[in-house]
Amino acid sequence: MLELHDVTKRYGERLALDHVSFTVGDGRLTGFVGGNGAGKTTTMRIVLGVLASDGGTVTLDGEALTSADRRRFGYMPEERGLYPKMRVLEQTVYLARLHGWSAAAAHRNALELLERLGLGERTNDTIESLSLGNQQRAQIAAALVHRPEVLVLDEPFSGLDPMAVETVQGVLADAAASGAPVLFSSHQLDIVERLCDDLVIIAGGRIAAAGSGDALRTEHGSERWELLTSGDAGWLRQQPGIRVADFDGGWAVFEAETDAARQAALAEAVARGDVISFTREHTTLAQIFKEVVL
Amino acid sequence: MSLDTSTSRTVDRAGGERRTPSFVDNVTLIAGREITMRMRSKAFLISTGVLMLAVLASVLLGGILGSQSELPKVAVVGGATEVVAGNPALEAVPVADQDAAVQLLRDGDVEAIVAPAASEPLGIIVFGLESAPNSVVSALSVSPTVELLDPAAVDPMLAYFVAFGFGIVFLMSALTFGTTISQSVVEEKQTRVVEILLSTVSARALLTGKVIGNSVLAFGQILAIAVLAILGLMLTGQRVLLGGLGSSVVWFIVFFAIGFVMLAALFAASAALVSRAEDIGTVTTPVTMLVMIPYFLVIFFNDNPTVLAIMSYVPFSAPIGMPMRVFLGSAEWWEPFVSLAILLATAALAVVIGERIYRNSLLKTGARVPWGEALKG
Repeated sequence: MLELHDVTKRYGERLALDHVSFTVGDGRLTGFVGGNGAGKTTTMRIVLGVLASDGGTVTLDGEALTSADRRRFGYMPEERGLYPKMRVLEQTVYLARLHGWSAAAAHRNALELLERLGLGERTNDTIESLSLGNQQRAQIAAALVHRPEVLVLDEPFSGLDPMAVETVQGVLADAAASGAPVLFSSHQLDIVERLCDDLVIIAGGRIAAAGSGDALRTEHGSERWELLTSGDAGWLRQQPGIRVADFDGGWAVFEAETDAARQAALAEAVARGDVISFTREHTTLAQIFKEVVL
Repeated sequence: MSLDTSTSRTVDRAGGERRTPSFVDNVTLIAGREITMRMRSKAFLISTGVLMLAVLASVLLGGILGSQSELPKVAVVGGATEVVAGNPALEAVPVADQDAAVQLLRDGDVEAIVAPAASEPLGIIVFGLESAPNSVVSALSVSPTVELLDPAAVDPMLAYFVAFGFGIVFLMSALTFGTTISQSVVEEKQTRVVEILLSTVSARALLTGKVIGNSVLAFGQILAIAVLAILGLMLTGQRVLLGGLGSSVVWFIVFFAIGFVMLAALFAASAALVSRAEDIGTVTTPVTMLVMIPYFLVIFFNDNPTVLAIMSYVPFSAPIGMPMRVFLGSAEWWEPFVSLAILLATAALAVVIGERIYRNSLLKTGARVPWGEALKG
């Protein structure tokens, strides 16, 4: 378990991180979301030891992180970059070896990973000759080739085509399934929502909300219900204890003052005709994000 | 996941193919990458080739020009043979008569004709074509014996060439590989690959690897030049020069190795301050000056013992100054050791300060990092 406790960072007068605390559980895909300048990159750099914090601790399984521990981290920085004149395979093998893999094993890992990322045909091309999308894939290979036990990825999906997004999702899910804590940031809230077990929302250098997706939904989600009938749902407006938020023909979104009022509304709908669906409205991450950040 | 299980997991998954790499492991890998990538660069291979050819050409040319001092040929007529035959500075070409001799002279086969002339005090007469054949005349003249009270230990012309040689080799290597290491540092900043590297290895390992990789290349180049020059000198039979150079060349190589590490650290630190290749020139100017000034000093002052003595102790000029003094024989046996100690101390200091600047500046992209900020961190 990767744990941040009261991590603080100042850039001159500006407080970039203000007592940031959250945990990334083993085998949990944890999404890290926040606006530009909220502190995501700074947090990740501190976790990786690339940047020094001004206070607080980062621990792995309760022990303070050492540089030897960090060797087992996989990191994809926000600022992408590889050696432009090195070949894809050569570069991936080089990074694996810097992490301590033997030459032969590094070679095998790299080939296997590049194949999986769809770069099997390009292993002997230089990085600079690759398309942007393929450069991103090479970057992902660079973060994963040493089989890290903790993953910290800053915007791993930006710049990827839909196919690559699919591949990378698979790779991340596998890493989590093998027990690794995985932390990644993204602006693409739909991907985060689909993929993540846990969420950390940061705003202005402070953690605005953190927890499992379900918990956050319960805490911040709306108490709204969605009804779809084959007839007209206009009668809902007259139903006692019901406030209609949105309405269109046979479809309506409403809030109920009490559970009894909701039950009564459903009974009425069934009595009036064909109910196609009746569900609790799905709260999107975007809605939660807006609620906790704004 | 406790730390224990995480360790055992590593062993399971990696099957002993992964270990925590030591500082030396990483430095070796980094230096190896620097060397491989440089050897793959066409610009590097071409410039090295050109430099090698230039050295070879100048050695061979020197040999050819030197060997042109072969004995002047003279056509000898009749009784003059006895006079010329015993003269070690002339090559006699006996001819039948005056007409045949004139023909040889006009054809340019000989430089002069020596003919018997009973009326002359020496008993011979020398004919030239357009101007007096001075070399022949002086060979036939009687010169008094000359003895020098204070002979110069080394021919000043030779001293100048040796100074020039040490100077140009040091200047070229330091500038070439200083630029290379600067580019390598900025490339990593500019392409942002440095952030991945720093999450894997320490800034110190990165800097050490770079300095060692480039030093090996510079040293290899110097060694190749030295071997080429020595081979050339041997082939053209210029052994005399070689013998006199011996110990000063050894000192030059020792001083060069340490001086280069010092300069490389300074180049790397300076380059780390900027993020774009275009800014390298400006930011490394102070270090470039430290390399150029000793070169000009040794060219202009290689006959000035005071300037040379100072140069031989100042760390930045010692790699040229001290070998020069060893060559001239003006240094006591202990002097190179003292100077070497000073150079070593300065190089160590340069590496420590350089590493600090390097580490503090690597992640600061964009505008040039001020020196103060880079030193403070």
